[in-house]
Amino acid sequence: MPAKRRLAQLVMLAFAVAITMGAYANVGLAMNGEIPSGMLTYGLSLGGLMLAAYLVLAKFAPWADPLILPLVTVINGLGLVMIFRLSESPSKLPSATLASPNSQILWTLVGVVLFSVTLIFMRDHRALQRLTYTAGALGLLLLVSPLTPGLGQELNGARIWIGIPGLGQLQPAEFAKLALVVFFAGYLVAKRDVLALAGRRLLFIDLPRARDLGPVLITWGVSLGILVMQKDLGSSLLLFGTFIVMLYIATQRSSWVIIGILLFVGGALLAGMLFDHVQARFEVYLNPEDPELFKKIGGSEQLMQGLFAMGSGGILGTGLGQGHPELIPLAFSDFIFAATGEELGLTGLMALLMLYALLVERGLRTSLAARDPFSKLLAGGLSFLLAWQVFIIVGGVTNLIPLTGLVTPFMSQGGSALLANWILIALLVRMSDAARRPPPQAIQNEGMTQVFQR
Amino acid sequence: MSELTLLLIRLAFLAVLWFFVIAAVGVIRTDLFGSRTAPAGPRKGVKPAKPMAKPKSKKGEPRQLIVTGGPLQGTTINLTETPITIGRANDATLVVSDDYASSRHARLFPQDGQWIVEDLGSTNGTYLDRSKVTRPTPVPLGVPIRVGKTVIELRK
Repeated sequence: MPAKRRLAQLVMLAFAVAITMGAYANVGLAMNGEIPSGMLTYGLSLGGLMLAAYLVLAKFAPWADPLILPLVTVINGLGLVMIFRLSESPSKLPSATLASPNSQILWTLVGVVLFSVTLIFMRDHRALQRLTYTAGALGLLLLVSPLTPGLGQELNGARIWIGIPGLGQLQPAEFAKLALVVFFAGYLVAKRDVLALAGRRLLFIDLPRARDLGPVLITWGVSLGILVMQKDLGSSLLLFGTFIVMLYIATQRSSWVIIGILLFVGGALLAGMLFDHVQARFEVYLNPEDPELFKKIGGSEQLMQGLFAMGSGGILGTGLGQGHPELIPLAFSDFIFAATGEELGLTGLMALLMLYALLVERGLRTSLAARDPFSKLLAGGLSFLLAWQVFIIVGGVTNLIPLTGLVTPFMSQGGSALLANWILIALLVRMSDAARRPPPQAIQNEGMTQVFQR
Repeated sequence: MSELTLLLIRLAFLAVLWFFVIAAVGVIRTDLFGSRTAPAGPRKGVKPAKPMAKPKSKKGEPRQLIVTGGPLQGTTINLTETPITIGRANDATLVVSDDYASSRHARLFPQDGQWIVEDLGSTNGTYLDRSKVTRPTPVPLGVPIRVGKTVIELRK
């Protein structure tokens, strides 16, 4: 029987807040020679927030995994420090003034509130299974909402924003991802037996029957639609990849993965030939060193500056507050990973990736321990979503794959993504609570009584 | 701030960050190496290395599924690691020809040494003893499960 590990969780949480405060102090000491005046405010507000989140978790999901919250705290804290650090250093780039640590900590507050609300009001995540098709419709609606004239807005070449009068902008795609994962989980639980049926056998793979290809083709069409209409390569890849992996979890057939990869590569190549904005991304990916591309607006300057930054960081980094990550355009959002890489070096980046890996591991562990197929699929899908997101953006920043505009979960500045990811964590916590709660003891000798878990 | 102090702070920060990672792994150590509840083995060799590895039929763990009622009465199925489906469909493990059963009626699967029964959205429901199975429920030994007219039980 798993233990609750409440104390371990509290200690790790305090440790996470302490790391964040240490990082603030480090930035201040290195840049101005003194501990920043806001350190105590920042530290205490982060600490208070996380304590509140902990109390909600202890009350409403007592059996939840002890590591999820501390891991998220330290990643979120490091993000806050990096944004604070970037806003401190003067830069000539036009985008530099956009880094605002105060709004980010405000968004963190809203994120923790949403986390608590989700935990308090959703006592049983299996209620989501009843909303399968509602979630699917909602997800699609959110995805296409930026295309509505008047509501949608185009920023930095991607039409993925909707404006809310008086409040600012929101990226509905971030929330659409969650809704769609819920839909995929519910749908696949209902249909997995059919989808697992084998059709013709080709080489070493059992191909699925041709008429079962429908859902895959539809998802493929939708993600290509996002790529073409909204110019959002990241969401497109994220959505399709998650669907394929959930299909694999549900049916255990590797043929789906192969079909998925072939479809996506084919689609991306086709889009690369037909559409300019996709083609431009490929050019940057293949020849980032090209001086002409470097000078071009929207060319490879950002990518190269990120690579330079990580290069100058080396193994041990330049130290917080001592590098020049302000030279990277949009270092506080898409390129926060490169900025962190310059200041913390390979050692720090590896630690950061380990934190993400542990978070994903906890999610997959929840999926393994879950008792019903819907929870298994939902937990597996959500943790894969997180891992895949980190892979796409880190791969893009390090030029392993073409760069796509995705956020680094919990680190990048941006309210929508932070809120959506906090809800994702709340769902994982809720499921791990259900999975780790000890099952009711069946009374064997008194056969008339049956204890049910509610 | 002197260069040396900053260097020390930088190295200390990285060390603390890694210490956090290691501490986190420490918290979930039981996941990776199994829990150390029993004192280190008095009998070596017999003890399984990992508790997660296939448990050698422990006491109280069912080994057989027996049909105790209905047209298929007397049929037994040996329980292995694979899940068992019950229904009218041809690909079910236990095919029942019964108007009251659905084509994919119920499923039994092992988890942590327990067998769990799950209703697969059948029309007439699956009953564990006298209560309807609404969610995956652990099946104790010798408690009848009713699917249509068929009654099955887990035995040692």
